Amino acid sequence: MSDLNVMTPEESAATKAAVMNQVPGPEIQGQSPLHHADLESLAQKGPKTGGVHLRELKLLGHLTLRCNAENAEQLAAVERVLGVALPLQPLTSAENGAYSIRWMSPDEWLILVPGMETFDIETKFRDEMPGHYSLVNSSGGSTVLELSGANVLEVLKKSTPVDLHPKAFPVGKVVSTLFAKSGAVIRRSGEQRYELVIRRSFADYIWLWLQDASREYGLVIEA
Amino acid sequence: MLHIYCPHCAEYREEEEFHCAGQAHIARPLDPEACSDQEWGEYLFFRKNPRGLHHELWVHAAGCRKFFNMTRDTQTYEIKEVYKIGEQPSVVAE
Repeated sequence: MSDLNVMTPEESAATKAAVMNQVPGPEIQGQSPLHHADLESLAQKGPKTGGVHLRELKLLGHLTLRCNAENAEQLAAVERVLGVALPLQPLTSAENGAYSIRWMSPDEWLILVPGMETFDIETKFRDEMPGHYSLVNSSGGSTVLELSGANVLEVLKKSTPVDLHPKAFPVGKVVSTLFAKSGAVIRRSGEQRYELVIRRSFADYIWLWLQDASREYGLVIEA
Repeated sequence: MLHIYCPHCAEYREEEEFHCAGQAHIARPLDPEACSDQEWGEYLFFRKNPRGLHHELWVHAAGCRKFFNMTRDTQTYEIKEVYKIGEQPSVVAE
């Protein structure tokens, strides 16, 4: 793998492929995959107390980065762009303000950034990253649900085969795993707070699943 | 259910996150043009089906999506070891 990273400056410059800003501007209204569920009005009309709180972190920028974890120059470039180093340990994550990086596999990371900053960060990567790497804007393909509350663990236990015991799943841990009959990237972002990165096409299914799974504890929608 | 250790994620996960991709260590002939029909047919279609130790290729399909090898006893279902692609098994049949 490392031999692919030996590139001449010309070859490296050629990797700065033309990137397209997928969000033309704030004047065009984007719609999350759960637009039809109208979580805003559910948050106003629905119950205010319950064991599980659900919030959609919608329209974030999702960047899939694949590079070589043994290439110090690439690691330094990521740190220059995002202000935080790539998490190299398996199943870990890193955070810097609104930016978060999830370890997906030994050579793949998922970077979440505020939606309107996606293009800037993508462009910065093209300028900074040396060598052989891939950066793909996959924002349109997924969305993020944040689950919190006293009974959040019970709901997750119904949905996924992963060991969620606090000893096995500390704050900051990330797993990609099965979730209901779909998949999700689960990250524990707080003591009783979890973030699920889910596929756009399964968003409605998981939304229905979560309503059903959390009915016995009471589901509170937050907007 | 098998409880499988993924060498890339470095932890045990449930079998449903994985797929078995068949026999491991099948080397593609370096010069396919020079193969006889029998050699090429055996490379493509013929696989071991041992009772006992078997080296298999698995993929952590719902997790890190990486392939790795596993030595498993097909009789007792015991997993002897997992090792990354490119490594050689330490547990081998007599």
